[in-house]
Parts: sequence; structure tokens; C-alpha cells
Amino acid sequence: MTPNQRGFFTLLKKEIKRFWAVLGQTVTAPVITALLYLLVFAQAMKGRAPVYPGVEYTEFLVPGLIMMTVIQNAFANTSSSLIQSKVMGNLVFLQMAPLGPWEWFGAYVLAAIVRTVLVAAAMLIVVLPFVRLPVHEPLALVAVFLLSSGSLAVLGLIAGIVAQKFDHIAAFTNFLITPMSFLSGVFYSVHALPPFWFAASHFNPFFYLIDGFRFGFFGVADVPIWQSLLWASGFFGLMTAICLWMLMTGYKMKR
Amino acid sequence: MTAALTISGVRKTYGKLEALKGVEFQIQRGEFFGLLGPNGAGKSTLINIIAGLVQMSAGSVTVMGHDTVRDFRAARRSLGVVPQELVFDPFFNVTDMLRIQAGYYGCGEEVWPWIDEMLQRLDLWDKRKVSMRALSGGMKRRVLIAQALVHQPPVVILDEPTAGVDVELRRTLWRFMRDLHRKGTTVVLTTHYLEEAQEMCERIAIIDKGEIKALETTAQLLARHPFRFLRLKLAEGASLPAELQPLVAGQVNGSLELKLETAKTSFGSVFAALRRDGVAIEDVQTRDPDLEDIFVELTGRKAEAAA
Ligand SMILES: Nc1ncnc2c1ncn2[C@@H]1O[C@H](COP(=O)(O)OP(=O)(O)OP(=O)(O)O)[C@@H](O)[C@H]1O
Ligand SMILES: [Mg+2]
Repeated sequence: MTPNQRGFFTLLKKEIKRFWAVLGQTVTAPVITALLYLLVFAQAMKGRAPVYPGVEYTEFLVPGLIMMTVIQNAFANTSSSLIQSKVMGNLVFLQMAPLGPWEWFGAYVLAAIVRTVLVAAAMLIVVLPFVRLPVHEPLALVAVFLLSSGSLAVLGLIAGIVAQKFDHIAAFTNFLITPMSFLSGVFYSVHALPPFWFAASHFNPFFYLIDGFRFGFFGVADVPIWQSLLWASGFFGLMTAICLWMLMTGYKMKR
Repeated sequence: MTAALTISGVRKTYGKLEALKGVEFQIQRGEFFGLLGPNGAGKSTLINIIAGLVQMSAGSVTVMGHDTVRDFRAARRSLGVVPQELVFDPFFNVTDMLRIQAGYYGCGEEVWPWIDEMLQRLDLWDKRKVSMRALSGGMKRRVLIAQALVHQPPVVILDEPTAGVDVELRRTLWRFMRDLHRKGTTVVLTTHYLEEAQEMCERIAIIDKGEIKALETTAQLLARHPFRFLRLKLAEGASLPAELQPLVAGQVNGSLELKLETAKTSFGSVFAALRRDGVAIEDVQTRDPDLEDIFVELTGRKAEAAA
């Protein structure tokens, strides 16, 4: 292992340890929240017509809820880690180390993906006894999952770089992540929306993440899978470009 | 052989404030170097630039010949910095923290014995499994020092390591820094305790308002001002002859301290004037200038804010 690789793996391990030490907060809590949504909505929407032929509402809901939870947790992992280190001042340990932009990027983003894999797996394990979930397109499923989790982890990194205090992260979460994840077709098919909101949904990248993920399970969704994959890749590419530019120029990080 | 540190034309502006106005000097390998200056002089700014924490507005820095921007990995591997602020990561215990820091530098289990040695030498052995948040300030300071040294860098910079530290710990740190230096490490120290700098450093730079005011060996710096101090305790009711009044530099415990420039005023002429006027003297002391005097001379300020 080269010194650079060892540096990278050390940071990755440290980031994983960080959320592992508080699994109750970082995995159990979001899973419970998502399950409560599932319980309430499944009950309220009981007896509705299937959303797609052969896909009951509860089945329809599960992938969306998983993806929403993944989106929120990927963002939370990188953004909260970075802002904590910034506020505590211990980010200097990392900034003084011989780690380059790619190692920062890779370690933070991978750790967040690991957390979302745990979150998604925990949700699946809990709901599978009650909800029938086929996996029609495993490749699309994995691709959309990784792109979504990755994009939001990168966005969280960007937020952590820009933010100077916890309030700034809270603003990101409350005014961007939460509204966008709710207005993305988690709880409904966008075809059920009035024309304006139907059109608006198609400009929300989260909509494609959720729709593409659903396609992976059922083989049907609101838009074709290539469109979802294109949006997911574009979103990931854009976030990555912005983030790497910030890391390379020392934007907001080097006074 | 390249210098341990080369600082070339380094400028730093924060908005309108010029924190560093073109600083330029070298520190040779194996030196014990002091960087002194009053509060706000720009010491930490310079150190943070060397460490890669702050972007310089102009200039360049090399550590062991490696440019800190173009060749930042090699430069940083050659450098250990103890920051001025007591920062720590509350998530980890002391040993984990040090092993993680070593990992960032590409060091693995091969440095664990060195980490254990430092823990013992810095009196942290009993605390090695204790969470960072449960340490006292002085202990955190020592962990910071160990953290800067995990990768055994050839150049170490300590930004006020002895600030707010008790006498015994200060001794421990001095011994530790001396040992490091003896083993060939280049040590750069900033401190507001000038007797500490005078005692430890072979060469000293005095910086004020972002400019280097002096850069000499400690001996040269002390010899630089050809004056001596004469302390006179006059008998009750006696007063100094008028021609000696301008020489008074201060009062210490009821004694007058005269500052005599060796070329102009001899001790003899002072005593002759005293004898002529029949001034009775209870006690006499002489004193060579110390770093504090030079410092005040160069910066117009006292060094020890707290003293
Ligand atoms: N992030 C910053 N933004 C704006 N000004 C800054 C910043 N950091 C330092 N300064 C200013 O730069 C100048 C030099 O500060 P610096 O911390 O380098 O001083 P110092 O010599 O280390 O002082 P001290 O002995 O108090 O530690 C000061 O006027 C300070 O206010
Ligand atoms: Mg300072």
C-alpha cells in the first residue's frame, strides 16, 4: 500500500467509525422514521387502486421511502462530519496532512455510501416479511442507488465546505434537501399531480433518483430508465465537479 | 544541502489588513529557531501558511526543499506543526487519535512503538485509553505535540507550546524539545516567554506588524545593543544629580534603573557624579540586557502579556 492509499483508507475508516459509534442516531433512527411513514401511509391509502398494473400502493411506497432516507442520510453524513470538525477546529489535523482533494472526496463520499447501504439494508430486512418486493432490474437498481447516495454525499460535502456553522447546514437541510425529497414522488406517482406540479417534478433531480430506483424493483416507473440514469449521472457529475473544484482551490477552507 | 525552511517574499492580506508584508528568511537543518513577536505580529499566520492551512497572497515556502503548494505532499510529510489553539477530536481516545494521525501521513503499525514512547515521555501513558474530551488543557496540549510528531518529521514547528502550562510541564516540554533537537530535528518555537527563547534558541527572528525586525543568533542579538543597566538604591532623601536623570529607564523595587550606553557613559562617570554631589547609596547592581530589553527596543512593546 502506498502512503497516499494508506492516508485515504485511514480517513475512510475514521469516517466510518464516526457514524458507527452512534449507530442509534445514524442508522436506527432514520429507519424507524421511515417505517412510521410506511405504517401511516399504507393504512391511510388502503384499498386504493394499484399505482402501476400489479403494483400495490404499499409496494410502490417502499422504494421511494428507502430512497428518500438514503438521500437524507447521505447528505447528513458528509455535511455533519465536516461542519463538526470545522466548528471543533480539529479539521486542521486533516488539512495539515498530505492528503489531496481526491482522497478527501473519495473517503468522505464512500463512508456516506456505506452508511446508506446499512440504512437501506436495515429497512429492507424489516419490511420484506410484510411487503412483496420483486427485483426486476438489479443493475439499474444498484446503479441508481450508488449515483443517488454518491450525489447527495457530495452535495453534503459541498454544504460542509461552504458552511461556517451548524445553522448553515440546517438551512441546507430544511430549505433544500427536505422539500426536494418530499416533492419528488415518494408518496405518489407524479401522474396523479395537477399539470403545474407534474411539470415541476421533472426538474427535480430527486424525482429521477426515486423513479429510477423504483424501476429497478418493478421494471415500470413514471419515466423511462435511461432518462433517470441520465439525470442521476448528470447530477452526480455536476456535484462532483463543483466539489472537486472547491477542494482543489481551497475554497472557503483555506483562510 | 537545502535549508529546512525557506520563506521567500511571503505576503498575506486579510481584506485591508496586511498580516505579513513580504517575509523572507531561511532556517537551516538542525537549528533551534525562535520566532518571536508581540500579539498580532503575524507569527501564527506565517506558521499556518507553512502548514498549508492558510493561502499566501504572494511568495513561496519550501520545507526540506519541497514547495508547500506544488509539492505539498512531500512538504507536509517533512513537517509537524503544533497549532496554537487547543483543538481536539472528541470522538476518539488518545491512542486512536495518534494512530489515525499517523495513518494520514501514510504511517502504519511501524510507528506504534514511537507513539508509545511519546506517550510515556510526555506523561500521557496512563491517559492513553481516555477520550480526548476527558483530558485537561495541559494534557490536550501534550497530545497535540505528540500528534505533530507521529510521522517523525525532520522539521517541527511549535506555536506557543508552553502558553498556559504549569512550571513542571514546561520543564518536561523543554526537555522533550531539547531531545528532539539533539536527535537532529529542526525545531521552530514561538513563545511569549523570552527567557525561554533566550535559553533554548540558537537563532531568533523578531517579527512585528508583519515584518521581520531582527534575525540573528541569540548571542548577536544580545550583543547588538551596547548598553548595560545599573541599579541604584539611594539612601532616604537622596536624589539623583540632574545630568543623570535622562538615563533613568525605570524603577524596580524602589531602585532606579539607569540605562548606560557603553560608548557614551561609563560606570566611573556615574559614580564620579554621585560622589561630587555627595549622594548616599545603599545598594548597587549591574545587569546585562536580556532578550526582553532587545524586544522592547525593537517593537516598543512588552512581550509577556500576562507577566
Ligand atoms: N482569519 C483571519 N481573518 C482576518 N484577520 C486575521 C485572521 N487571522 C489572523 N488575522 C490577523 O492577522 C494578524 C496576525 O495574526 P496572527 O494570529 O498571525 O498573530 P500572532 O503573531 O500569532 O499573535 P499571537 O501572539 O497573539 O498568537 C492579526 O492582526 C490578526 O487579527
Ligand atoms: Mg499566534
